[in-house]
Amino acid sequence: MADAAIQLSGISKSFGPVRANRDIDLLVEKGTIHGIIGENGAGKSTLMSILYGFYQADSGEIRVNGKPIAILSPNDAIAAGIGMVHQHFMLVQNFTVLENVILGAEGEALLGKGIAKARSELKRLEREYGLDVGPDAVVEDLSVGLQQRVEILKALYRGADILILDEPTGVLTPAEADHLFRILGQLKAQGKTVVLITHKLREIMAITDNVSVMRQGTMVASRKTNATTVEELAELMVGRRVLLRVEKEEAQAAAPKLVVKNLTVRDSRGVTVVDDVSFEVRAGEIVGIAGVAGNGQSELLEAISGIRRAVNGTVLLDGEPIDVTGTVDPGALRDRGLAHVPEDRHHVGLVLAFDEAENSILGYHDKPQYLKGPFLDIPAIRADAREKIQKYDIRPANERLRTANFSGGNQQKVVLAREIEQDPGVLLVGQPTRGVDVGAIEFIHRRLVAMRDANKAVLLVSVELDEIRSLSDRILVMFAGRIVGERDGNATEGELGLLMAGVEKQEAAE
Amino acid sequence: MSTPYAKLPAWADYGLIPLINLLVAFLVAGLVVLIVGENPLRAAAILVDGAFGRGQYVAYTLYYATNFIFTGLAVAVAFHGGLFNIGGEGQAYIAGLGVALVALAFDAYLPWWLIFPLAILGAAAVGGLWALIPAYLQAKRGSHIVITTIMFNFIAASAMVYLLVDVLKPAASMGPETRAFAQAAWLPKLNWVIELFGAKIRSAPLNLSFLLALVMAVVVWALIWRTKLGYEIRTFGFSPKAARYAGINETRIIVVTMMISGALAGMMALNPILGSEHRVQLDFVTGAGFVGIAVALMGRSHPLGIVLAAILFGALYQGGAELAFEMPAISRDMIVIIQGLVILFAGALEHMFRPWVQTVFASLAPRTAGLEPAKAEAR
Repeated sequence: MADAAIQLSGISKSFGPVRANRDIDLLVEKGTIHGIIGENGAGKSTLMSILYGFYQADSGEIRVNGKPIAILSPNDAIAAGIGMVHQHFMLVQNFTVLENVILGAEGEALLGKGIAKARSELKRLEREYGLDVGPDAVVEDLSVGLQQRVEILKALYRGADILILDEPTGVLTPAEADHLFRILGQLKAQGKTVVLITHKLREIMAITDNVSVMRQGTMVASRKTNATTVEELAELMVGRRVLLRVEKEEAQAAAPKLVVKNLTVRDSRGVTVVDDVSFEVRAGEIVGIAGVAGNGQSELLEAISGIRRAVNGTVLLDGEPIDVTGTVDPGALRDRGLAHVPEDRHHVGLVLAFDEAENSILGYHDKPQYLKGPFLDIPAIRADAREKIQKYDIRPANERLRTANFSGGNQQKVVLAREIEQDPGVLLVGQPTRGVDVGAIEFIHRRLVAMRDANKAVLLVSVELDEIRSLSDRILVMFAGRIVGERDGNATEGELGLLMAGVEKQEAAE
Repeated sequence: MSTPYAKLPAWADYGLIPLINLLVAFLVAGLVVLIVGENPLRAAAILVDGAFGRGQYVAYTLYYATNFIFTGLAVAVAFHGGLFNIGGEGQAYIAGLGVALVALAFDAYLPWWLIFPLAILGAAAVGGLWALIPAYLQAKRGSHIVITTIMFNFIAASAMVYLLVDVLKPAASMGPETRAFAQAAWLPKLNWVIELFGAKIRSAPLNLSFLLALVMAVVVWALIWRTKLGYEIRTFGFSPKAARYAGINETRIIVVTMMISGALAGMMALNPILGSEHRVQLDFVTGAGFVGIAVALMGRSHPLGIVLAAILFGALYQGGAELAFEMPAISRDMIVIIQGLVILFAGALEHMFRPWVQTVFASLAPRTAGLEPAKAEAR
């Protein structure tokens, strides 16, 4: 057996009464790719934060390369050869790659010498690991995939032998993700150790050697990847059997409910983000919009739901126009049967400081059933919230608890319950399962299919290709603000991936 | 990533932390007293006695507190809407005009109990309208409300000087003030309430406005937490994006919230004008608009907290005046320093001791098993 790069024993960490990590043992072998999976809140991030020195464990021991060490700050972690690539990049956007790489390791007061040294070092790293970026490129001009490579370079430049990647593929196209995996393979070949945190089972199966599963703050299992299955891992994560594939009948699509014609939207800087987009959603179907994040899907949903003004185009709801280029009152659209589960539930779909009951009327707070004159009818609102809590199995079942204290999956259920229970004709859904645990994903997917089966029109935007493919009856692919292709629900990941990467239609069709 | 700490029980959040802040403020103030060569303990004793030691003092304390309740509520309402109304000073000052016009017009004909409601309306209307302009500029033009309300304080001050010197001053008078109102317009004093407890009061300005302030505290509570408008104000205050999503009209909320805020600040003018001085004098607001900011911060924008914080600041004003009188080394300015320290620790540095208290609580809390709830969302 190979040496241990990282060995954790008996790591526990509590935040007040909350035990985020309980007696965790973990062994990562040197020169392997080790996956750590678990639902949100399972304690993966806490564990890695302990390893990287953001937190100190209450008890337990960390050994790196066999030596027990105390990691009190990220500096200690870096000194021990541990590097971390965060889910949200920590790059200075208007610096060059080189400037970003030396940030925090500049050397002396005058930069000249440090930069010269960094430049040659960077060249060597790029060559060795196939991490071509170009040292003088400005970071904000780089694609997300390249920015991630800068993060990896940063860690390697600091002499990392052990690289921790936190949900690295969330923002990547399938092609970029594949490229990342090749880089990780190369790192492994050069003797580096990689710890990959993810909730995507497919990635675990694709590139890891070993996998550890966390659930509710404990390490429930460690497996050799080639000796386990996706089903087993999912079950370990959730603690019960999970349906990974949504079961649904053939769609019975009827008349168009939502028609979008030539819709064009510009962002605040005047850049066209939605470019002449036309499509329709019929009653009884789910139309999925696939695409890498930031290709105009968000703005498309915002324009249709009246949150963002469009510069051009028409949108018809049940044949009646929505004044998308003028001022639209999202409240009036709700009255017309257009419900919207927004992408950003933390800042848009919910007010986290509100209690659950208050959030369960957001946007519907002027409906007469929630009001008594100018006053809120609080008993009625709470009773209504309790009903939804029960129906959607929202936990904890306490409508007076602050929404910020609910898990991501339960927060999303609050939004979903609110929007679906108003019985809308058209439902716009953005990233319904982002940051949502596997158990809740299954529930949310079944709800969306049930909406479709109740003859509602559902427009689904998601960056999770699996989600798009398993839910949608038709799939539209957005790239750079345009719809670059339409496929049916059985499209393969490969052909969608090409479209998402902006490869021309004709090529993709082949 | 947020720093997960134990969530504090309400009594610690609303009681213990303000108390710690206050103690630290007094400790530092004590050092200042030491530096000028006086005994801090004796100074503290004089301060407390000067604020609460006699019925007379209590009446003064509550009189000052009345001002701060109004201005504190004004700042708090705007806070709930995510707006920082620094203009309470000017709104209260210019609202004196509303009170004065009602009193000057009707004091010969109407009894106080008819003049009072009219004066409330006058004060609220003028204060509200004075806040309307910055609100509209913020909503429509994006002019920052902090800047515009500050500037409107200066405009109000200059306008009032002009009006008091050139327009409202009786012809033969030397003082920049209106004529005194007829006694029929004076608000009844509330000193007898304190005398019920056995104290003896020679003369003190505590008047019916104090009760109005308490009523407004209840009204503000109901408005913010029990009405649809309050729900919309809070939604907008916490998250303008969520408000937009919910179909809440941004312009309307900014304008309405600021007008309510301005109206509350304006009502402050009733207390000195109709209740105590019975005329409009130059600078009658004397900083109450700014103290209201500290009061709202310290009271955590909750009406109950605001009433308590207002009484604290009222006590500092009254007790401070006695202290300056008793200890010649401690001048009026030293009192302002002490008040400033309280504002600094209770307001600006409100969260300084929070992590520490939370750590203490976390280590005291029983270690129950459980999952970490999604805390990462908290800003």
